[in-house]
Amino acid sequence: MDAMVRELSYAQAIQEAMALAMEADERVFLMGEDIGVYGGAFQVTGDLVERFGAERVMDTPISELGGAGVAVGAAMTGMRPVFEFQFSDFATLAMEQIVNQAAKMRFMLGGEVSVPLVMRFPAGSGTGAAAQHSQSLEAWLGHVPGLKVIQPATPHDAKGMLLAAIEDPDPVMIFEHKLLYKMKGPVPEGHYTVPIGKAEIRREGRDLTIVATSIMVHKALEAAETLEAEGIDVEVVDLRTIRPMDKATIIESVKKTSRLLCVYEAVKTLGIGAEVSAMIAESEAFDYLDAPVVRLGGAETPIPYNPELEKATVPQVPDIIAAARGLVQGTR
Amino acid sequence: MAAPKRAQPEAAVRANLPFIYREYSPEQLRQVLHKMYLIRRFEEGAEECYMRGLIHGTMHLSIGQEASAMGICMPLAEHDQITSTHRGHGHCIAKGAEVKKMFAEFFGKTTGYCKGRGGSMHIADVAKGNLGANGIVAGGIPIAVGAALSAKRMKTGKVVVSFFGDGANNEGAFHEALNMASVWKLPVIFVCENNGYGMSTSTERSTAVKNIAERAAAYSMPGVIVNGNIFSEVAEASHRAVERARAGEGPTLIESKTYRHRGHSKSDRNRYRTKEEIEDWMSNRDPITLFENELQEFGIIDREGVEAIREAVAREIAEGIQFAKDSPSPDVRDVENYVYTEPA
Amino acid sequence: MPVEVILPKVDMDMATGQISRWFVEEGAVVKKGDVLFEIETDKAAMEIDAPASGTIRDITGREGVDIPVGEAVAWIYEAGESVGAAGKNKAPIPARVGEMSPKATEGGAVPPAPQVETEGQTGNGGRLALPPSALPSADGGAGISPTRGEMNQAPSVRATPLARRIAREGGIDIAAVTGSGPYGRVVKADVEKAAAAAPSLPLAGRVSAEPTGGGGSASPSSQASPPPSALPGEIGQSSETASSSPPPPGPSGHPPRKGEGEEALKLFAEGSYELIPHDNMRKTIARRLVEAKSTIPHFYLTLDCELDALLALRAQLNAAAPVTKTEKGEVPAYKLSVNDLIIKAMALALRDVPTANVSWTETAMVQHRHADVGVAVSIPGGLITPIVRKADEKTLSVISNEMKDMAARARNKKLKPEEYQGGTTAVSNLGMFGIKDFSAVINPPHATILAVGAGEERAVVRNGEVKIATMMSVTLSTDHRAVDGALGAELLVAFKRHVENPMGMLV
Repeated sequence: MDAMVRELSYAQAIQEAMALAMEADERVFLMGEDIGVYGGAFQVTGDLVERFGAERVMDTPISELGGAGVAVGAAMTGMRPVFEFQFSDFATLAMEQIVNQAAKMRFMLGGEVSVPLVMRFPAGSGTGAAAQHSQSLEAWLGHVPGLKVIQPATPHDAKGMLLAAIEDPDPVMIFEHKLLYKMKGPVPEGHYTVPIGKAEIRREGRDLTIVATSIMVHKALEAAETLEAEGIDVEVVDLRTIRPMDKATIIESVKKTSRLLCVYEAVKTLGIGAEVSAMIAESEAFDYLDAPVVRLGGAETPIPYNPELEKATVPQVPDIIAAARGLVQGTR
Repeated sequence: MAAPKRAQPEAAVRANLPFIYREYSPEQLRQVLHKMYLIRRFEEGAEECYMRGLIHGTMHLSIGQEASAMGICMPLAEHDQITSTHRGHGHCIAKGAEVKKMFAEFFGKTTGYCKGRGGSMHIADVAKGNLGANGIVAGGIPIAVGAALSAKRMKTGKVVVSFFGDGANNEGAFHEALNMASVWKLPVIFVCENNGYGMSTSTERSTAVKNIAERAAAYSMPGVIVNGNIFSEVAEASHRAVERARAGEGPTLIESKTYRHRGHSKSDRNRYRTKEEIEDWMSNRDPITLFENELQEFGIIDREGVEAIREAVAREIAEGIQFAKDSPSPDVRDVENYVYTEPA
Repeated sequence: MPVEVILPKVDMDMATGQISRWFVEEGAVVKKGDVLFEIETDKAAMEIDAPASGTIRDITGREGVDIPVGEAVAWIYEAGESVGAAGKNKAPIPARVGEMSPKATEGGAVPPAPQVETEGQTGNGGRLALPPSALPSADGGAGISPTRGEMNQAPSVRATPLARRIAREGGIDIAAVTGSGPYGRVVKADVEKAAAAAPSLPLAGRVSAEPTGGGGSASPSSQASPPPSALPGEIGQSSETASSSPPPPGPSGHPPRKGEGEEALKLFAEGSYELIPHDNMRKTIARRLVEAKSTIPHFYLTLDCELDALLALRAQLNAAAPVTKTEKGEVPAYKLSVNDLIIKAMALALRDVPTANVSWTETAMVQHRHADVGVAVSIPGGLITPIVRKADEKTLSVISNEMKDMAARARNKKLKPEEYQGGTTAVSNLGMFGIKDFSAVINPPHATILAVGAGEERAVVRNGEVKIATMMSVTLSTDHRAVDGALGAELLVAFKRHVENPMGMLV
């Protein structure tokens, strides 16, 4: 029996997932700065505190490091915390707990503990919040074995992947692009999960594979529409999980199209695009490449304040169109 | 010759006895001495194995701090939990670990507590409530607060102790964790084992307050200073803090002033302390000697009893080392195990 | 350190070569300059001499096998050097290239491989031997050849992994495929095109390779140019559609598709034929003629020339040749053939009509300053076209002696590449067989070729009277892209004028 499907915003989908998880499992609780009566900086927790009380929708002091550590400790000892960073940028304050503790605890202790922790990272530019509130740091964490790092791109996936994350025995970092929070999309009612570690082909095509993450999935799809009119048939792969990466889906797609373009908002260098490109170069898909692999990522700068500059620092639809065209027409 | 047994003290006399003699049975106290020896000999044995090249990496020895570890753990129940530090062998044994599994871990064997993945710096014994030593200064403090949060939410009645050193009291995590524990009135005890030096830097040079326990005031919790080399003092402070925690009154900060006889780690050239200072602590304030003398004074043990403990401990250590040597090493093909939880 | 003996590049557009014969055995002691082995190229057998003195070890280059240019085929060890050091201490190829440069060859008896540098100076063929200013090239003329040289080497082929894989699986030599991508990169489509265009020839590993991306390196705007511009600048041979036709093109003018070789065999009873494997020359002839005939729009002009004056002059000149006494008797200083006079006449015609002395390229018309006339020479198993350079300036005796020398060496496969590559036109003469008239196939980069028939006495009508005259029919094949009908006619008329007024050729 199919569940009722309604239109929900990405933020509502996340909130619904958290509410469902808390209803279903006493051990699940939320922690974060101003997530209680304030409802969270982006109103993602909204009025959950009214339903579940301040003990399960816990405001923390402005203590990212300590708060993260508390979440790690609670997760190690039987709880299932969902920790919200107000902005993903603030996670830099908590890197010690995320990288040294959460990620490694199970390993260091020879499998004697698990850390079923979820951390939520509102990320990305486009809000005019400038350099310290607009970063995309997912690749930082994607580099750490022991963590799982996901970037749902749609309300449907946001709910399903967050539920999967909460049920996962290991620490899952979920990067949510702030510009997606208001995006609406079909979301089934009730409980369902979207598997972590599985990419999704958003659009099938023959001429070029675009591997995109988060908001770039939508930009890539928009670009694909324009390119279709030009006779360029683009396949768009929504990576969804950057660790563990779904190599098989990308490899199969590249084998089909022979061309690969990686589009992501984070700074281009040493990022997801580098990983995807290198993975393809090492894979059986290498022998199917008929053009160089191209990355479109963020500029090598902090995110600027001025709106025009801000836009210029991250890939936009025309950039994707130009890159795709160049690849397919053989000019690059 | 055994020390002459005293007459059973009267109730009035008894009230004036040090805390532990009122609280614990002679057998329990003899066990404490046994464990203090076990810690000492374990670390000496590990040190020797290290020097013989049987153990790699490095290790941080707590020789000289045994009364602190034992005193804090004395009032803890088995299900109570601790987070420990890089200088955590004593905590581990005090919380109930078996030395053979610790040796096996140090030797990197699959029979070790962490199956050879953690080594000295991450020694743990989750079954006995030791959530792990930690290589990051102050890394375990917020984790202990989280464990205490679990205990409170899940109403398990558990108390959590977080051991850390004087160096950690200047980390942000210490302050953030103490603050949150106090705000949320969590059943956690912060134990600062102040051995005077964060690596080479003395507390005088690193810490604005004279006593680290004074930091407690900032977080509205009791701050207690004890002589960390006197078992009874430490145990009494811990007992009070545990009672307070179990009663839901919140956290306590205990500063246990002690001294490490050895250097910071195996690569310490000891340039920052005088020989005289070290000699003074070893000869006049050794926690085991102090406790042993006291037990003899109170007639709880005699020379033969002490000798029997020493011999039993020596056997246990020798057997532990042999166990470690005989244990299998992990298969290199299993190197990626335990990174993620294996699918059920 | 042992000195590497490599298979040198001895021909432009050469990606691989075959050692036809080793002259030394494993363990032989050689002196620097001693001949080690012989390479068979499309046109010539080249003897390769020892780059150093010592003992030959580790001969890895087998006879009759395609070996990539630059690959080590043996090592020369100094006395006392431990065997096996070669693997660890491979001498870098650039050093070897330097040793093989012309300087090192001057004293040597055997001409070693012309390397990259030499190509730029001599053997590049008409198109690439142009002065730098003649082509709108981004890099100067000097920069062209090395680029081509590098790109011809298999490891340097710029190709996508997919293109490489398809080539590998299809048995196609990627180095022989012209890339249409940026920087001459070979992409999937190029290989597919090449596969479709390739006849049943075994392409992989053949000795001669087209310059991959050569068009791109010669002129940027010709990157996507079709095969004609990528034809090697070497002179192949003239051919006669009448007598020795190349494999017939398919119905659409394209060469036969893959598999047609086997199809053809089905038409003959087993045992009714013998299979003679193609040698490199045969393959090259076939490939170049298919390319020429399928890419150059030919048209043909025929004219009769009266030879009597020319024959009379020839007899006079030969009679006047000074004689030297030798062991073999008296040898005249020259003995002019009719063909020598035809060469000269053609050269002068091109001087008179310079706009016909051209080569076609995609970007520009290449107008040559001299007439370099190729002359088809039949040799066993094929033919080759040595070039008489600056024939417009040379005297008849010089032309004649040069031709004799080159024809003799051609038959022994001893021509140097620079002696048969390039040229601005060609002459093919089948008159000695009594052929009256035929059409020849143009050899790029030429724009014309003159097919010469037999001189014979014919009845001609002069001023209303029938007379007997010695007549010769000639047919000019012309590349219509470069030379139009009227211009071709003008050239042929100029030729006729020189033939019929031969005294003019003496001044």
